[in-house]
Amino acid sequence: MKRRQFLGLLGAAGITATLGTTAQAAGGKSFDGYPDAKGVLFDATRCIGCRKCEAGCNKVNKLPAPPKPFEDLAVLEKERRTDEKTYTVVNKYQGKSGPLFRKIQCNHCMEPACASVCFVRAFTKNPDGSVTYDADVCVGCRYCMVACPFNVPAYEYDDPLTPRVMKCTMCHDQIQKGEINAPGCVISCPKEALTYGKRDDLIEIARERMKKNPGRYVKHIYGEKEMGGTNWLYMAGTDGFSALGMREDLGTKSVPEISAGPLSVVPMVAALWPALLGGVWAMNKRKEKVAEEEQKAAVKAAKAATKAEGEAKLAKAMESAERDKVQAVEREVKRALEEAEAARKEAEAAKTETADKDGEGA
Amino acid sequence: MTTENKSLMTPVNIITGIILAIGLVITVLRFTKGLGTVTNLDQNNPWGVWIGFDLLCGVALAAGGYTTSSACYLFGMKKYHSAVRPAILTAFLGYALVVFALHFDVGRPYRLVYPIFLQPGTTSLLYEVGLCVFLYVTVLAIEFSPAALEWLGMKKLRNTVHKLTLALTIFGVVLSTLHQSSLGALYIAVPSKLHPLWYSPYLAVLFFVSSIPAGLSMVIFEGTLAHKPWHHMMDKTHLDEHEGVILGFARGASIALAAYFCVKLVAVAYDNNWHYLATGWGAWWLVEVLGFVALPSLLYAIGSREKNIKLIKWTAALTVVGIILNRFNVSMVAFNWQLPADQRYFPSLMEIMLSIFVVTVGVTVYRFIVSRMPIFFEHPEYKDAH
Repeated sequence: MKRRQFLGLLGAAGITATLGTTAQAAGGKSFDGYPDAKGVLFDATRCIGCRKCEAGCNKVNKLPAPPKPFEDLAVLEKERRTDEKTYTVVNKYQGKSGPLFRKIQCNHCMEPACASVCFVRAFTKNPDGSVTYDADVCVGCRYCMVACPFNVPAYEYDDPLTPRVMKCTMCHDQIQKGEINAPGCVISCPKEALTYGKRDDLIEIARERMKKNPGRYVKHIYGEKEMGGTNWLYMAGTDGFSALGMREDLGTKSVPEISAGPLSVVPMVAALWPALLGGVWAMNKRKEKVAEEEQKAAVKAAKAATKAEGEAKLAKAMESAERDKVQAVEREVKRALEEAEAARKEAEAAKTETADKDGEGA
Repeated sequence: MTTENKSLMTPVNIITGIILAIGLVITVLRFTKGLGTVTNLDQNNPWGVWIGFDLLCGVALAAGGYTTSSACYLFGMKKYHSAVRPAILTAFLGYALVVFALHFDVGRPYRLVYPIFLQPGTTSLLYEVGLCVFLYVTVLAIEFSPAALEWLGMKKLRNTVHKLTLALTIFGVVLSTLHQSSLGALYIAVPSKLHPLWYSPYLAVLFFVSSIPAGLSMVIFEGTLAHKPWHHMMDKTHLDEHEGVILGFARGASIALAAYFCVKLVAVAYDNNWHYLATGWGAWWLVEVLGFVALPSLLYAIGSREKNIKLIKWTAALTVVGIILNRFNVSMVAFNWQLPADQRYFPSLMEIMLSIFVVTVGVTVYRFIVSRMPIFFEHPEYKDAH
């Protein structure tokens, strides 16, 4: 009884621990993002690679000054990525007719990979569309960086004890506090290459631009569906998105959607394994028991057979002994009778002899 | 019953001492200068050899614990009983070292309990790994404790713990199934970064199934290594059963590898990735799958059929190398395969040295324990008490 209770408890604990809220993630519900979520539309055909957005971001987020000033456009010759001191960078690519530019920063996924893989829930998808990070709980495992399909989160590798993951917040805090009404990069763009607004509206705007400027854009809004959709959206010229160094093979499934299947199996293992393994154990135990009993029975039968045989032999021996005895008695009696008869005959003979002797004598 | 009668300045001890000293220097550097100084990790390559080897290989190669104990206690193969204690000890040390090594890799090791006690991120497969490893280390510690308690002469407690064997074994298999597979499932989140020949929705199954031959092979491999130095510690039962264990485990590993080979093929077939086999990556995949999965499966079969112990021992080593190769491929070689060569990761010397340091710590603790506690022999007071 005690063992059974313990096993039950273990099973229950396992299920509670592993099930948690995963059932929701694996459920059939679809999440189309927060209705009023905001985002930014980047129009590559308007970007001139001036790096003003980088400077604006740096200032608003109080990031350390870069080794080379933002006015130095020679930096663009080498492809860069975001790092722990830089939330956004502009890269230059070679198009069919002149240079192309693309700004990189966190895309603020509608169902963020970083948030779904974080084992301490350090990332939050906010109703305003931004994805923010809480350094107060972060363990520094860097799974968010592994999982991010856009290679955005960066890590303070040179901080030995309190490293943080650094990335664009869509200026969530500053906008919440009312310090600014749009992200730092958007405010600083002199060419209106960046537009801040409700994501739904941005998609409308992008479609409108395509309609009004036939032949100027490739007919795709990058981020509308990529990785389940992002709040940062991109428009590109006719060179397309791959010319801007953007991957077009990411698919439309978000990371939570991709990993929902494997996660759904987890509670099943906890649910079924104890029964399965316990069953195997019980079967083996029973097999052993049956074998033991069969052995016992066989021994018993063998013993019984031996005993019966012995008894039969004994009986036979007794019988023959009895027979011998009777025969011996009979033999003795017979011999005694014979002896007696012989004695009688002898006596008779002796009598006759005496009578004969008497007759001769008269 | 100790081997410490001789001088401590044996070649093995000297090498151990040097490695431990180097490890301590790297430890100081890691916690004063940061990961940037010690490792070659960067913003695109956040996980290196400390995850690829210390975590992934460490856990896979410690699978001998649950495979051996379930064979003996659940599947009724009592003839492997003498192999259980060494296997549980190695598993316990393996997992303890995994946790130890993680303290170097994560940025804030003092927060490693946060996901379990403060703010669990239940949608994360890493949370599952963390929880299961945490629980399993505890289970292994309890499973191992009878050996320590017998050594310490704490009879009553030992007998109480011993009664938990069945429950602990089942719980251990549940936890092992979960985290062995979850380690593979970690990479399900990165279809865009892991090469299609290694990426699969079946990554969880692949990691779990491959952990079985990994565990069985490690038991054979270690048994071989331990046999000479600790021959005098082994009792008659252990020595008598030794060959049976090797033959039986070789059969098991052969079948498990064959199954793993099939899952490998299904994984490629599922996404119809056959055309990649014609590329350089395909050649590398074939090396792994033919040379380190199919070949050892065949060699194990031949070895157990012909009772060729020597062949089996070499095959065990081949299998262990193959599992390490697979975990390296998933976590490092085929990860970020699309990045240009100059942005790819290769471990720094200090990273490699620290991994060697971690293994050395494990071997040293192992040597300490088997020289003292009843691992290779049954304690005279507890003979037939199982």
